[in-house]
Amino acid sequence: MPRLTIDDLKKLREQAAGTITLRSGAARARVTIHMGTCGIAAGAREVMAALLKEIEAQGVTDVIVTTSGCAGLCSREPMATVELRSQAPVKYVNLTPDGMVRVFRAHVLGGEVVTESALAAGCETTG
Amino acid sequence: MAFRSHVLVCAGTGCVSCGSFDLGAALEREIASRGLADEIQVVRTGCQGFCAEGPVLVVQPDEVFYCGLKTSDVATLVEEHLLKGRPVRKLMYTPPSAPAPVPKLSQIPFFAKQKLVVLRNRGLVDPERIDDYIARDGYEALAKAVTELTPEEIIREIKLSGLRGRGGGGFPTGVKWATCRQAALHRGVEPVIVCNADEGDPGAFMDRSIIESDPHAVIEGMAIGARAIGARQGFVYIRHEYPIARERLAKALDQARDYGLLGRGILGTKFDFDISVVQGAGAFVCGESTALMASLEGKAGEPRAKYIHTVEYGYKNLPTNLNNVETWANVPLIISRGAAWFASMGSGDVSENPWNGSSGTKVFSLVGKVNNTGLIEVPMGITLREIIFGIGGGIPRGRAFKAVQTGGPSGGCLPATHLDMPVDFDSLTAAGSMMGSGGMIVMDDQTCMVDVARYFIAFLTEESCGKCIPCREGLRCSLDVLTRITEGKGEEGDIALLEEMGAVMQDACLCALGSSAPNPVMSTLRYFRDEYEAHVRERRCPAGVCKALITYTIDQALCDGCHACVTACSTGAITGQVKYPHQLNQSLCIKCGACLDACKRNAVLRA
Repeated sequence: MPRLTIDDLKKLREQAAGTITLRSGAARARVTIHMGTCGIAAGAREVMAALLKEIEAQGVTDVIVTTSGCAGLCSREPMATVELRSQAPVKYVNLTPDGMVRVFRAHVLGGEVVTESALAAGCETTG
Repeated sequence: MAFRSHVLVCAGTGCVSCGSFDLGAALEREIASRGLADEIQVVRTGCQGFCAEGPVLVVQPDEVFYCGLKTSDVATLVEEHLLKGRPVRKLMYTPPSAPAPVPKLSQIPFFAKQKLVVLRNRGLVDPERIDDYIARDGYEALAKAVTELTPEEIIREIKLSGLRGRGGGGFPTGVKWATCRQAALHRGVEPVIVCNADEGDPGAFMDRSIIESDPHAVIEGMAIGARAIGARQGFVYIRHEYPIARERLAKALDQARDYGLLGRGILGTKFDFDISVVQGAGAFVCGESTALMASLEGKAGEPRAKYIHTVEYGYKNLPTNLNNVETWANVPLIISRGAAWFASMGSGDVSENPWNGSSGTKVFSLVGKVNNTGLIEVPMGITLREIIFGIGGGIPRGRAFKAVQTGGPSGGCLPATHLDMPVDFDSLTAAGSMMGSGGMIVMDDQTCMVDVARYFIAFLTEESCGKCIPCREGLRCSLDVLTRITEGKGEEGDIALLEEMGAVMQDACLCALGSSAPNPVMSTLRYFRDEYEAHVRERRCPAGVCKALITYTIDQALCDGCHACVTACSTGAITGQVKYPHQLNQSLCIKCGACLDACKRNAVLRA
């Protein structure tokens, strides 16, 4: 990767902004698994493995799976955020591998929020 | 004065990333140019929960919701809706017919009452992808710092922001930077900067979580600090118990180097700076500045007296600027958004003097007997009640709140009468506790305060480095006395002895570990003295925790012989025939309390 100048940084920001907001590109959804120490201790790796296995088994190619840090509510880990294109992200709590697969089938593929493990929709307030 | 209309522009994470600040500014300009500034007010709100269609705004009182706005829409919006009163249909949102299946995040108190500055990227960026950080305006502040600002201007900005050290000391960061820079210039040597990630307080995990979820924020903050202070070399001193944080930090550093954001000629300028990671070896005292620097040099991690400050003679006798993880992570946003924005959050007026208040936000790890445990970021000045009962959701199983411990082992326990106290550096210190790095342990009525003090003193006794006598001996003797009291062997005069030793330690210890070590005892004595007295004089533990002071008995009149306690008891201390009152053999009882929890008729008594 070349060393950036100020202008390169600006260009890179514009390019990268598209990928993190799901506004451009072909993906229909993004699933973020929250992988802080708390999430991993509660089983986030197993949840992620189950999700990847299911995606592979279903032959789905237009869903982005990504990891992120602690979502804050450590007592309800493992957590994941599901964001469908043009919809507010939904945070899921207390996930198990089976629960994650259910969320994937119902919400990501079917568009139906799994209310029993969904905490809320939307983003947090930033200063 | 009253405005006829308010325009609520969403300033939540999602909308900010797609330009809501620019949108708000454009709106204000357009409103002013139309002469409507006295009639219409633009307000930035928290997340309105519809991030996917951002930036969004609501015009009140009409309740018209607009989304997907661009700055080029502003002229139409202001002219049509605000001036002529005709809502602009093509910019409006058409709601789907079905009701929302789940509540909005902003309706959940745990999230709604938080304000994310340091944790702005939590849960949103992949910490192992620098592009994610850059997409959310990452390294923009560094670019500004190396091209538009002089080192003096950066320091001025940090001073004006009122930022105070988040490691717990609360020393104004800008003042520290200026002193370090001056010391280096004066001596003609190159200063060094250090990030203290040796977080060791029981129940505290703020720094770990910041590094795990957003390592580049710390790196960017350090690079800006290096530019301001004149350093070319930086260290992150991180405890070895944080493997994931260390791994992510190392990856982030490699990525920043690949992009030329660290190393020689940063962003094509003449500024050079790089960071090395140094692993601690598990000593709590190495979070103390001089012990940390000794450890960095490869020596035993022991503190020294600080009549010469480390900003003048620190690591290898070079001027050394040490700040905590959270302090560094605050820096990029102060530089990109300005000191005034930062100073507008929090309590007190820091415009003249950073000591006059606590600006910005603070990250806390909220743990203990509270429903929502987790990592939170709140504006300074919020009350303890809002944190514990609003964000934390109160005490589990409807039990009563008893105390909250802030500031780690060196902090103190505050009782229910202090729940409405604002959380800031000076209020906490005045109440006999401290901000510390931000651990917050909530305790319910089943917590014995003498036992809590004993726990913290036991922790500190093990972690005392032993170099100075007041700390080494004072802690050991305090622990002996506290243990004696919890075992029911307390003597008249023990409480006075604890206070006397505490006072000596506060005055005479070499470093802050020792001088703040009596805080758990002193603060519990200040607010829960009656519990100490009950232990010593009445041989009674009011909370029913200290095993030597409690006995379980079975009320023969209430017991219906259901046998639940017999099944629960692991030592066979309870015997009896089904349907007949049971007996408890005191010599076998280990006072675990399992029978008390098992009994449905309240026939098990604890005294």
